[in-house]
Amino acid sequence: MKKIKYSMLTLLGLALVFASCGDQGKSSSNGALSSSAAEKVYVAPGEQDDYYAFLSGGYSGNLTVYGLPSGRMFKEIPVFSQFPTSGYGYSEETKPMLNTSFGFVPWDDSHHPDISQTSGELDGRWIFINGNNTPRIARISLTSFETEEIIEVPNSAGNHSSSFITENTEYVVAGTRFAVPVPQRDMSIKEYKGNFKGALSFISVNPEDGRMDLKFQLLMPGFNYDLSHPGRGKSHGWFFFTTYNTEEANSLLEVNASQNDKDFIAAINWKKIEEYVNNGGGTKMPANYAHNVYDEHTHTATSTMKKEVLTVDPTQVPGAVYFLPTPKSPHGCDVDPTGQYIVGNGKLSADLTVHSFDKMLAAIEGEKFDGEAYGIPILKFEDVLAGQVKSGGLGPLHTEFDDKGNAYTTFFISSEVVKWKVGTWEVIDRKPTYYSVGHLMIPGGNSRKPFGKYVVAMNKITKDRYLPTGPEMEHSAQLYDISGEKMELLYDFPTHGEPHYAAGCPAELLAPKSQKIYRLDENKHPYAALGTNDTRVERKGNEVHVYMSMIRSHFTPDNIEGVKVGDKVYFHITNHEQDFDVPHGFAMIGQNTSELLIMPGQTKTSVWEPKTPGVWPFYCTDFCSALHQEMQGYVRVSPANSNIELSWSLGD
Amino acid sequence: MMKKASILMIIGPLFLLGLYMFPLWNIMLGAPQYPEPLGMNIHIDGIQGVSEFDIQNIDGLNHYIGMRHLPKPEDMWEFSTFPLVIGGMVALGVLIGLLGFFGKVSYKWFLGWFVLMSVLGVLGMYDFNAWMVDYGTNLDPNAIMKLTNPDGSPMSYKPPLFGHAKMLNFDVTSLPHTGGYLMFVGMMLTVVAFFVGKKASQAIN
Repeated sequence: MKKIKYSMLTLLGLALVFASCGDQGKSSSNGALSSSAAEKVYVAPGEQDDYYAFLSGGYSGNLTVYGLPSGRMFKEIPVFSQFPTSGYGYSEETKPMLNTSFGFVPWDDSHHPDISQTSGELDGRWIFINGNNTPRIARISLTSFETEEIIEVPNSAGNHSSSFITENTEYVVAGTRFAVPVPQRDMSIKEYKGNFKGALSFISVNPEDGRMDLKFQLLMPGFNYDLSHPGRGKSHGWFFFTTYNTEEANSLLEVNASQNDKDFIAAINWKKIEEYVNNGGGTKMPANYAHNVYDEHTHTATSTMKKEVLTVDPTQVPGAVYFLPTPKSPHGCDVDPTGQYIVGNGKLSADLTVHSFDKMLAAIEGEKFDGEAYGIPILKFEDVLAGQVKSGGLGPLHTEFDDKGNAYTTFFISSEVVKWKVGTWEVIDRKPTYYSVGHLMIPGGNSRKPFGKYVVAMNKITKDRYLPTGPEMEHSAQLYDISGEKMELLYDFPTHGEPHYAAGCPAELLAPKSQKIYRLDENKHPYAALGTNDTRVERKGNEVHVYMSMIRSHFTPDNIEGVKVGDKVYFHITNHEQDFDVPHGFAMIGQNTSELLIMPGQTKTSVWEPKTPGVWPFYCTDFCSALHQEMQGYVRVSPANSNIELSWSLGD
Repeated sequence: MMKKASILMIIGPLFLLGLYMFPLWNIMLGAPQYPEPLGMNIHIDGIQGVSEFDIQNIDGLNHYIGMRHLPKPEDMWEFSTFPLVIGGMVALGVLIGLLGFFGKVSYKWFLGWFVLMSVLGVLGMYDFNAWMVDYGTNLDPNAIMKLTNPDGSPMSYKPPLFGHAKMLNFDVTSLPHTGGYLMFVGMMLTVVAFFVGKKASQAIN
């Protein structure tokens, strides 16, 4: 009886809450609905999100980490761009990460992250992402959440149909958007047609440590290879690339590359090509591309220039490459969780074209070809077509899948997400996006095992979604609940840079193994001061090497004399903390570089070239402790002809 | 019945062997910025961190208030003596049990062992408490933070011997650990052995 009384009281309380909502309801359009949406995205203080989401940074060159459903950003992982926040690309250890055949490139345009898989399911070891502008692929550890490796892709330009992985992470695949002369040479642009090549690169991934190696490059006709996805399940062993500009126009592409009614999806049997090259097939070609590897124990990256690449002429491997005609300059190329259906999102049309893998195999078996392009067989459109989604939308770009046999496609022009049924091709639901959506992401939505709880739509246009911030704004993203028959818009949040694609996974896949500190006893940095007894200052000609340590709340040493104008001072600083979330920073007045942010157990190096005699202070940039303000020191700089001996001290 | 009592008397002291594997005592230090508390396990042969770097991190925090570093085994005679005392007491207890089993000594010896062990235990606790008082009050005169109580006296950082105390931003909890509980169980068994033995002798008489 008592219980009932209490629940009656609760009901009464709720009624009051609703009643008071109703009073204010005039200002918000759908009070009750948005309050239930609010509950769904509310992660209370101290609670944690259910999913990780990794959004590419686009022109930021980096990768951002978010939580879903809250839309809170946790970290920006520097990948292709210098990052003064941590010193990435500024410290001596990380400068080699941004080395390329063009020299040091401090920026890129990051596009398509993809989490490593085992048997077609997310395994959470690494995440890969492509640099579009200066073709590169990066591998990021999902234990340290730091970039561990970057490999440049030769013979490529506009590394866009990248970086997608095969279902056991055998390869990370990178396709060129621009066709270019291979090898590069001085020639007339007008001679593009028939002469330029489109390189599709298969980069093997070592299952032990993730190390990448460019295994072979398939030199395809000079189309533009837009996006790609791996076959999975039954179609494992194949890779699919959308193409545009099969016209091979070299100018005013918006018109000249939009003339053919159909372009192609290129179907690549990479297992067949792998076998071909393993048996000595292919042609070695001189090349020059950088391979940059960060060693977690030396905390240092090294850059090696590679001088050769194995190329494969697709016409030399019969049965390995076919073209599937696909209408209207298809953009996204997406494969459903079963591996049976290949979706071509024809961006200039209203419809989606879905090809059947089984029908494709049957057509290949029956040799029913509709001619060829540069010696590559073209299959008949009708023979491979599984169905078309008559969406009523405009400008389909990308498709992701849930775990209930549904697909979700973004429409850029009509600015919406359309849900449709795989197999029957019927449209089930559509919801607007704000505005002009590019990619969308369902955690695991591009694997054999999607987690069909949320979809994130990443938009290209923001306009009035947030408080205005002048002409330049962050992009907007929307979060929808897709657990029911109809999609429900839950939340809208700004994203950093310009997210293209994203990848997500359940929190429990990564959270328990996220690294807390670097172990000091595993620090193999050649300039590390592992104990305070190792701290010292050494002169080698005009180079001065400071072996410094830091712990709450002081540097050892913190007074240095004997440095002269014209010296190049290397501060090699080791953080002696072994406690979670106690980084220290380092900054020197007037230094022509960024600060360093040094994690517990880590060593980083900063270079300073003092130009003026004086006594110059340095300090810790991270509010590390109650005595953070006291964490500071001085370097005395004397004229170049001074004969003051090097000396250093702490606390005397 | 005396045989049963003697077997209990043999088993009881053997529980003390747990002290060689498990901590006798545990002190946990939690704070707002330490949602996963720092902790130390006090073994008979030294102090260990609950997590690998806890000792280093406790020392790091303690340096602000001028506390000395936590002692290494070689810094305190207790950590070399305690294992010998425990070993000796186990051997003695088992010997008494065996002699009781063969009727060479009376059940009163069982209580004798318990009383001796209790006296040693109280001495041990007294010593432990004295160390904590010294450690928590004998501070570096040049400490970074010199805090005083409302009455102006210097603040002490002596952890509680048993139970919970609030020290600055830290919640400090001090309780026996597995080894301590095993010792308690073992000692209780010897008391049971005494009473069982007493009953047996009364039955005979």
